Amino acid sequence: MSPATAEPLSPATTLNAAPRPHRRHYGDRVYRGLLTALALSLPLLLLAIVAQLLLSSWPAIHKFGFSFIWTSVWDPVTDVYGAAPMIFGTLVSSFLALLMAVPLSLGVAIFLTEFAPRWLRQPVAFLVELLAAIPSVVYGLWGIYVLIPLLRDYVAPPIRAVLGWTPLFNGVFYGNSMLAGGIILAIMIVPYIAAISREVLLAVPATQREAALGLGATRWEAVWGAVLPYGRAGIIGAVMLGLGRALGETMAVTMVIGNRHDIALSLFQPGYTMAAAIANEFTEAQSRMYLSALFEVGLVLFVVTVGVNALARLLVWRVARGAAVGSKAL
Amino acid sequence: MSARVTTRRVKSGFFTGLVGLLCFLAVLPLFLIFADLVHKGASSINWDFFVKIPVPAGQAGGGVANAIVGTVIIVALACLIGIPVGIGAGLYLAEYGIGRLGWMVRFLADVMNGTPSIVVGIFAWTWFVRPAHHFSALAGGVALAILMVPMLARTTEEMLRLVPHSLREAALALGYPRWRTSLSVIARAALSGIVTGALVGVARVAGETAPLLFTALGNLNFDTSIKDPMQTLSLQIFTYATGPFDDWHRLAWASALVLMSLVLTLAVAARWATRKRYGT
Repeated sequence: MSPATAEPLSPATTLNAAPRPHRRHYGDRVYRGLLTALALSLPLLLLAIVAQLLLSSWPAIHKFGFSFIWTSVWDPVTDVYGAAPMIFGTLVSSFLALLMAVPLSLGVAIFLTEFAPRWLRQPVAFLVELLAAIPSVVYGLWGIYVLIPLLRDYVAPPIRAVLGWTPLFNGVFYGNSMLAGGIILAIMIVPYIAAISREVLLAVPATQREAALGLGATRWEAVWGAVLPYGRAGIIGAVMLGLGRALGETMAVTMVIGNRHDIALSLFQPGYTMAAAIANEFTEAQSRMYLSALFEVGLVLFVVTVGVNALARLLVWRVARGAAVGSKAL
Repeated sequence: MSARVTTRRVKSGFFTGLVGLLCFLAVLPLFLIFADLVHKGASSINWDFFVKIPVPAGQAGGGVANAIVGTVIIVALACLIGIPVGIGAGLYLAEYGIGRLGWMVRFLADVMNGTPSIVVGIFAWTWFVRPAHHFSALAGGVALAILMVPMLARTTEEMLRLVPHSLREAALALGYPRWRTSLSVIARAALSGIVTGALVGVARVAGETAPLLFTALGNLNFDTSIKDPMQTLSLQIFTYATGPFDDWHRLAWASALVLMSLVLTLAVAARWATRKRYGT
């Protein structure tokens, strides 16, 4: 402010008002810059992971091309790798888990939003959340020493007696199997699907329910005909988030699925998953090509789970708009 | 007509019962797992368990002192790196997150929340273990931090958004610059929520095993240097559970009980803290 300006300025203006916006501006700019840098670390991290996985798996991609995905030879001695059995195992165990987890989680979500007495809702929702807090390795431990003996002694024999002739259940049940992996995964993903479905159902407007009841529907008919269809996209999103979890789950599955590099239709036979392969073989990988093949397994797993998650998030966001949805459960 | 109404009523009652049963079945494993942990683990927990290090395979006795200390150190490292970044990103989303960048960061944070932790493990191995030519607790801490950041960013943002707008307006009207409003008014009002989010994050990474397999690796000795391989409870459980000795299995159950108690305490504490404030 030069004193020569034609405009008369009061001392207050010159001393306080004029410099202050400038100072504020500076502090705010620093603050915003700092926060932006921290926020940018997320996209950069994702980019770094993708780039690194691509880079490290390039030798394998270059050598095997697409045959990596659909051939099943996995031979570190001759350095030939095909990941079909683990891709197959990942898909089968995850879908098996969904088959069991979806009815259970929807049961939880519907019961807790529509039918349970009010005093029961919060405590039960909390218990379901606690299931998500149990570490994966503890699920694995429980799977080895409790679930597998249980399946071997009480579940597998009757199934074999009745359905043993079908390709799905033939062969001897030794314990470590696709079935055990699927069940453990189901228990693990229930809390995720249940929590998000519950939030989706809570976001369904009460008028939807009341209109159905007003037309004379029973309570179940109101839920089935008016509430569930309204939240359909969000529930599908919740299920896909569960699928994403199941695809990438490592420790518990590694401990119970048997880790056999083979495609077997029977759920009683051992299987393998992509995550389990990385966990088991990464530290043993001697040759450059072996390591590169494992990185490619990681790349495939990463791309698939990120794709599934992204689609799921878009679906959930569409239904229950707002910042709160989803992450509370994760 | 009335027979039809009765059928519909019965059907409604049947399905109500069915979803109740499904809900019960879904919660059942929690109790089964906890009962088994106490049943099989409690008897092996004694003073030695907490203060001794593992004895050579086949011998009786020994403890997991190194794993307990290792868990604490690695989780602390993860917090040191992950909490500032996660909370900073959350502040960004709450303050400036309406534009395209905000949308992208929010979306990616949600997507990264579901990233397989094993992939983060091999990523951390490539960046921190391979260049250094040996496994280290530091690499493990970084891997866990990577898992924490997206989660923390989102919970922090949610907690900040719960603070009433009138508080922000009051602070700005009093002449506070935006950064001070954000830090000493908004963030301060949401502090307990943010701490809760951090506790949940800590609870989740404390039990992680997969990202530590190729980073912290595990260690049979008591070693507190973050440049060396380090044992954690989760790695210990994995080794002991899949090993051939009965004594190892006993220790695996006991370690799992300790780890679960730790994780559950954090989860319950987090829950209790938010309930008090927001009555959720």
